[in-house]
Amino acid sequence: MAADPAGRGEFVGPVSGSGENPWSGVGRHVILGRVFLTISTTGTPERPATDLGFLLHKHPDKAQAFSTSYGTAHVFYPEAGEDRCTAALLLEVDAVALVRRGKGKGRGGAPDAALAQYVNDRPYAASSLLAVALSGVFSSAMKGACRARPELPDRPLPLRIEVPAVPARGGAGLVRALFEPLGWTVTVAPVALDAEFPEWGDSRYVGLVLEGEQRLADALRHLYVLLPVLDDAKHYWVATDEVEKLLRAGEGWLPAHPEQKLITSRYLSRRWSLTRQAMERLELVRLAEADDSQVEEIDNAVDESQDTDEKPVPLAVQRRDAIVAALRSADAGRVLDLGCGQGQLVQELLKDTRFTEIVGVDVSMRALTIASRRLKLDRMGERQSERVRLVQGSLAYTDKRLKGYDAAVLSEVIEHLDLPRLPALEYAVFGAARPRTVIVTTPNVEYNVRWETLPAGHVRHGDHRFEWTREEFRAWAGAVAERHGYGVEFRPVGPDDPEVGPPTQMAVFHTTARNPKEEKVA
Amino acid sequence: MTDAQLNKTRTLPVTDLSLVVLIGASGSGKSTFARRHFKPTEVISSDFCRGLVADDENDQSASADAFDVLHYIAGKRLAAGRRTVVDATSVQQESRKQLVDLARKHDVLPIAIVLDVPEEVCAERNASRSDRAGMPRRVIQRHTRELRRSLRHLEREGFRKVHVLRGVEEIESAEVRTEKRFNDLTHLTGPFDIIGDIHGCAAELESLLAKLGYEDGTHPRGRTAVFVGDLVDRGPDSPGVLRRVMSMVGSGDALCVPGNHENKYGRFLKGRKVQHTHGLAETIEQMEGESEEFKAQVREFVDGLVSHYVLDGGGLVVCHAGLPEKYHGRTSGRVRSHALYGETTGETDEFGLPVRYPWAEDYRGRAAVVYGHTPVPEATWLNNTICLDTGAVFGGKLTALRWPEHELVDVPAERVWYEPVKPLASEAPGGHEGRPLDLADVHGRRVVETRHAGRVSVREENAAAALEVMSRFAVDPRLMPYLPPTMAPTATSRVEGYLEHPAEAFAQYLADGVARVVCEEKHMGSRAVALVCRDAGVARVRFGASGTSGALYTRTGRPFFDDAAVTEEILGRVRDAVTEAGLWDELETDWVLLDAELMPWSLKASGLLRSQYAAVGAAAGAVFPGAVAALEGAAARGVEVRDLLAKQRERAADAASFTDAYRRYCWTTSGLDGVRLAPFQVLAVQGRSLAGMPHDEQLGLIDRVVAGDPSGLLQTTRRLFVDTGDAESVRAGVDWWLEMTGRGGEGMVVKPVQAMVRSGEGRLVQPGIKCRGREYLRIIYGPEYTRPENLDRLRGRFLNHKRSLALREYALGLEALDRLAEGEPLWRVHEAVFGVLALESEPVDPRL
Repeated sequence: MAADPAGRGEFVGPVSGSGENPWSGVGRHVILGRVFLTISTTGTPERPATDLGFLLHKHPDKAQAFSTSYGTAHVFYPEAGEDRCTAALLLEVDAVALVRRGKGKGRGGAPDAALAQYVNDRPYAASSLLAVALSGVFSSAMKGACRARPELPDRPLPLRIEVPAVPARGGAGLVRALFEPLGWTVTVAPVALDAEFPEWGDSRYVGLVLEGEQRLADALRHLYVLLPVLDDAKHYWVATDEVEKLLRAGEGWLPAHPEQKLITSRYLSRRWSLTRQAMERLELVRLAEADDSQVEEIDNAVDESQDTDEKPVPLAVQRRDAIVAALRSADAGRVLDLGCGQGQLVQELLKDTRFTEIVGVDVSMRALTIASRRLKLDRMGERQSERVRLVQGSLAYTDKRLKGYDAAVLSEVIEHLDLPRLPALEYAVFGAARPRTVIVTTPNVEYNVRWETLPAGHVRHGDHRFEWTREEFRAWAGAVAERHGYGVEFRPVGPDDPEVGPPTQMAVFHTTARNPKEEKVA
Repeated sequence: MTDAQLNKTRTLPVTDLSLVVLIGASGSGKSTFARRHFKPTEVISSDFCRGLVADDENDQSASADAFDVLHYIAGKRLAAGRRTVVDATSVQQESRKQLVDLARKHDVLPIAIVLDVPEEVCAERNASRSDRAGMPRRVIQRHTRELRRSLRHLEREGFRKVHVLRGVEEIESAEVRTEKRFNDLTHLTGPFDIIGDIHGCAAELESLLAKLGYEDGTHPRGRTAVFVGDLVDRGPDSPGVLRRVMSMVGSGDALCVPGNHENKYGRFLKGRKVQHTHGLAETIEQMEGESEEFKAQVREFVDGLVSHYVLDGGGLVVCHAGLPEKYHGRTSGRVRSHALYGETTGETDEFGLPVRYPWAEDYRGRAAVVYGHTPVPEATWLNNTICLDTGAVFGGKLTALRWPEHELVDVPAERVWYEPVKPLASEAPGGHEGRPLDLADVHGRRVVETRHAGRVSVREENAAAALEVMSRFAVDPRLMPYLPPTMAPTATSRVEGYLEHPAEAFAQYLADGVARVVCEEKHMGSRAVALVCRDAGVARVRFGASGTSGALYTRTGRPFFDDAAVTEEILGRVRDAVTEAGLWDELETDWVLLDAELMPWSLKASGLLRSQYAAVGAAAGAVFPGAVAALEGAAARGVEVRDLLAKQRERAADAASFTDAYRRYCWTTSGLDGVRLAPFQVLAVQGRSLAGMPHDEQLGLIDRVVAGDPSGLLQTTRRLFVDTGDAESVRAGVDWWLEMTGRGGEGMVVKPVQAMVRSGEGRLVQPGIKCRGREYLRIIYGPEYTRPENLDRLRGRFLNHKRSLALREYALGLEALDRLAEGEPLWRVHEAVFGVLALESEPVDPRL
């Protein structure tokens, strides 16, 4: 068989790199992988299983190779009898092509951070690559067309589909929730990360077997949509025509699917975050690599799951309201939002013109970019934009730019610092910047028992380095006030539970230092 | 013309840093005078500035803009500490006021030189110049009139020196003599003994002088005492102190700057009304028994004190209350006030005392500032400044600093002579409790001066990324005086089957002129830097950190263990090993900074291992058996899949090798069980960077430390020395590597034995070259990289950027160690360390 004439499609030569384009290295991946899937059916002499060959438009006695954008797809039949017929799709992923496609401009630019890694699982896992290969190699079958035997596509077949390595974000439960409502009998087998290290647990892959009476076209469309949904990452840009593709592939089954919302949002919502990865994270990617860690471990300042414009978390809203009220009663006009994150509070403050100067400070460039986008800074009128500024800063350092403000807000910030670094923040804010008023909010760990979804002993956010009881917070705040000449009072935010207190605790500091005296004597 | 008839040479003293304002009518000869007595670059003329803004030196309508430019240039020069001469008529008070204000703003002396020339002479001169021939006579008349009117007011306007030259001859014959400022004693190089606030503690002063080696006010080896002021008040014997200090100053054995206390007493002696508070009453009472003559001498002495001194080539500034860099060597009321009282925030604390502005935290100057004024329990350096007021009068001690030795000498107070209003502050403001690092030291685009490789620049986006990691994840910067540089791999090998091969590394060093190298086994773990102090007290004193005895961190500064107790346990074992090896005494240190590798790799990199390496293995392992079986089925049916099947079998084997490759670097640990630390270099000890110590000596030290550890934590680093010019030796090196990597070893690092080496052209050569094993590279380049067609493509990799990056980071690392060794301020050390981290985020092929 002509699996791969002249190796074409298997290796694309090294990127004709000129000089030292640093990322030209990425273009020289030579990992070659296999993605594999089998589709089996059973039959009778009247309705032979080999009809599968007609439906797939691939002859059971031949091995055929098809060149796709990401490598070579081989179709062959390990078995082809009247009673039982199995078609196998083996995709030899050409990682070079994968990365090369990601290199250009516009639609290019390595959308998935994993592709930028020297070793990645794409060549092995049944991801969107397989989905694309399916739709390419079996396009007629997917459309339900069969010129030779027009009656066949509409006939449900007893199908058995095996995919040995499906990356499943959401685990076996989600796999079932996605396929069972479509009439499949689902068998999910976990794949261990490494048999030698059982403590590492299972990988994010599962071996998947689907069985059921389905029309082949429907089965293929299920896979086309749901494999990438399970992977929750795509290798190509999600462009506007994705909506159409989804509607087409989902016709007849997606609208009624109980997980329709998750499917749609996973399928479509990647666009923004992928752009972000490509454009903004590379410096941090490299620092993570330098430490043999993953970028997610350090580029986690922004919790996008909590970016909830449409369904606001009531506590976050209550917190903002409490902060704004405290700022108003402190008569603060020029306000620092230290650790402004995605800029929700800044946005709130902008609505009230008594806040004449609002400075959002965050150490995460990503957070600032998102905040800037949220506030639509580039399109804001001059009068508005004069009131607001977003700057990168760090509370581990003193910063002259932060001096002389009426108030500073540290909302849900301190718990993101390792305790030994807290004195640095304390000094930077209370010793160096010295705003008249400082507002600090932090979770009350006692309240955690009231969160039904929070397992016992867990912090509320993966990056919380500590969570304090009311007593701990008061002790800290009191000592800080004492050391730096502030008075402090405490206010609850959210329902003040008689036993465990409020979910969020807030301290409001005011300077107590008296007016200068004339005499200058040691 | 009586003035002109005097006909004698006038000498005009002009301070070396001042704003000289020439005053005279048009045509009075100011430009000629300026040309004759000052450097051309010192002089800015209004005519020139008119030309700049209006293309016409006489376009009076451009005067406003021209003077803006003139003031701007003058301001820049004064800010930079350069004398500036303004050549404009300056006959009107308003125009002079702007110049006086400018001088004050930059804390330099305004000096007036008046050229008073008869109107006819001016008119005649103008008439002979084509560009001024048309100037009406009344302009000169007005100038002359305004000048005459101004003469009496000049001193009151704020000019500190006024020289009036009358008539052409006196102007012609006058000479300008450049005078140094009173505070400029840069020519004095000491050595000095700088002594803190005495406050009438005469007995303690005598003890301290004796301890410093003075015999009746004179040092036999010619040292000079420098008093930071506050000689008097509160204590038991202010007259005794004054007598001693005045006599030493008089005999040239000492210098003295004024403190606010003698300043106030001086005002009292002059008959001014002052409050007899803060211990002044005691001084007045003690002085009552003294003669009028002595009181007069004291008055004169106090009156003559200069607010601060710049000494020792500009490397040392002594004043009473501390002084920001912009005021060093400057002369103004503001500078004097700062030197005497320091800067306050305008607030008062709970004791009713003014809150001091923590100026030393902002201080970034290269001159050491030694001062007193604020009583502290211990004199400690902060950003190259040190306060020597250790509260002798409050029962603390009297402290002196030996310069240039940087050595502190003190004597305890004999008793509490005076109850303090408030307890002595714990330390210099912002010292141990807070942190003196400022964002401006690291943020944005920066250039770091390194002594080994010149200027290394850091780009803004890289600094931004480093700021995020440093702020959110790194250990306290005080405990992180170093980050290791990246290392370049060996040049790409052409040997069949190999991408990296040691022959290239040896050849590269031979070409660089390095005859002898050491090959060190590369431990596949995570790079670790360990700061190990002898005890927590040392960590506090040397590094200002509390509650820890050191740090153990990754190459991006992150702590290895979330649990501080685990870190302490490791530090403790290393400490015991260093003790056992006897290195504390041998290296004369109470801390060591070690470069090391921490194993297993899976300890810190487990996230990466699981999500990438093991994941690839798992996915491959799940896919291949089914795929191969399916192909076998098809083949059995006679379908032509033979080639495809063979290929899948090979690739399945590659995938298995890949899994084997990463597994070698993983093992299960529990607590410290299974954890290994392989130190390979002592980077620095107290007062010394050891980065230049030859590696054979280094490994000798390291071996002793490893031998001193009975716990099994420390692991030795195997090594082999190779002569790059000796084929036999090179072959032995290659064999060693082949044997080691053949057994699954990661590879080795080849380093010049002499550690820090420069090439023939004087450039640093790579401090190390890594040479990674064939199997190890599978986890870098993928399971199937060894196939010939893949290797061919991979050989097209580019190393230059990686090499350059490695050298720049190396230079920054060396710089950090040197700065640390020389006791430079934390911000200087951190600047270089931060630079290493920032450069790590530069784009470079991550597989190199």
